[in-house]
Amino acid sequence: MAVPAPPGLGHTFFEQLLVQRRVIGALLMREMLTRYGRRNIGFLWLFAEPMMVTLIVTALWTTRGLHQYSDIPIAAFAITGYSGIQLWRNMSRRCIDAIEPNRALLRHRPVKMLDIYLARMLLEVAGTTTSFALLCVMFLMFSDQITPPEDILEVAYAWGLFAWFSMGMSISLGALSELTPLVNKFWPPFIYIFYPLSGAMFLVDILPHGMREFVAYIPMVHANEMLRHGFFGSHFTAHYDISYLIGWCLGLCVFGLGLSRMTVEHRLS
Amino acid sequence: MIVLDQVTKRYPTLRGPVQVLKGVDMTVEMGEKVGVIGRNGAGKSTLIRLIGGGEKPTTGDISRTMSISWPIAFSGGFQSGLTGRDNLRFICRIYGQDPAEKLSFVQEFSELGEFLDQPIRIYSSGMKARLAFAISMAIDFDCLLIDEVMAVGDAKFNAKSREELFVKRAHKAMIIVSHNMKYIQQNCSRAYLMNDGKLQRFDDVEEAIATHKAMMA
Repeated sequence: MAVPAPPGLGHTFFEQLLVQRRVIGALLMREMLTRYGRRNIGFLWLFAEPMMVTLIVTALWTTRGLHQYSDIPIAAFAITGYSGIQLWRNMSRRCIDAIEPNRALLRHRPVKMLDIYLARMLLEVAGTTTSFALLCVMFLMFSDQITPPEDILEVAYAWGLFAWFSMGMSISLGALSELTPLVNKFWPPFIYIFYPLSGAMFLVDILPHGMREFVAYIPMVHANEMLRHGFFGSHFTAHYDISYLIGWCLGLCVFGLGLSRMTVEHRLS
Repeated sequence: MIVLDQVTKRYPTLRGPVQVLKGVDMTVEMGEKVGVIGRNGAGKSTLIRLIGGGEKPTTGDISRTMSISWPIAFSGGFQSGLTGRDNLRFICRIYGQDPAEKLSFVQEFSELGEFLDQPIRIYSSGMKARLAFAISMAIDFDCLLIDEVMAVGDAKFNAKSREELFVKRAHKAMIIVSHNMKYIQQNCSRAYLMNDGKLQRFDDVEEAIATHKAMMA
């Protein structure tokens, strides 16, 4: 005799997928209300916040007269670079130490550890992507320091890979942070090292040869170069390797998912 | 039915691994009321966490063919910055229930009045417990986990919650963890005694309690 599925749970894969979608939806709502509340512009802060930061950085870089040294649209350079940083930085920050304070949620059977991560990561992807798109539109309307994307599909592809990479990185750091508090301690200095190294602030092509080979090991550099190639590829020679980037995405996902299963569900930490 | 088969649970600590459960067997049939007693630190709460499913056993197997509640009146999953109403909505959403249908019951039962629209952070512990209990009762399960919660409110509220639990839900299976032996006697038909990570089954509740008392002496 088939047993009816308990409240909130499903039997078949498809039913369980629906449950997961519902749980993630509920977590998204909870997260948005907790973080932004219903006061003033409410959840619009989700993208207003990253937009403000990117806007200030872009304004700084543009007014510093950097555009005098090359014909690269400096606003496009700044927006692509800083939006990428926001993606991996904000997402990792939301996933580090995400489970332990929320462990009580796991006492509700439909809620799985992965749902907590996914809800947080999706929220960041949604916020940063909206901020990225809106900034592009705003600058296209009011500034001559940006040109429309030359290949918008490549921009979308690169952005998607960047988001995927950030998710793998965040879940890995999240799982590691359940294992040791050192992650939370070393993360801020790590960010400062990777701000410049992530490729947000340079084009690989302008680097001397030895440096080029070195930064080619950093996966974010590939995502940045690809993103910019889609945006203003005719202005510079891009250096990136999609399969190298995808390799990192896959590797980090396998590592992060495996480790979080051990540290959270089996509580080996 | 819930069946635990040779379940063990080990946690790592700074001084090396600690084995909390050492091969536990347990069976709960539909509609059965089962008590779990034992001294502090014997492993009762770990057992309840594993039955609930939020954590996995180190070895052994847990199979469930009935739905199991979260621990009744457990308020740990609440977000303190959100209102009582928002927390109710969240719980309803994850269990796939319509929050609008449950609202009037929770509103009435919890007796929170206007406070339902205030953030939980400002609730007194009694108010929080009343809300948590009411939300637990709003979702329907085959088996209720009751982990030492009965003294949640004032005498009137306690009487009301006892009625809700043991009269209106008399047909439900229950797993009751308590240090209150009278409570176990009144509500359970069988009992398990947890001692040092092992679970001993007693078909007679009185016998379980007598053994427990002898061990405490």
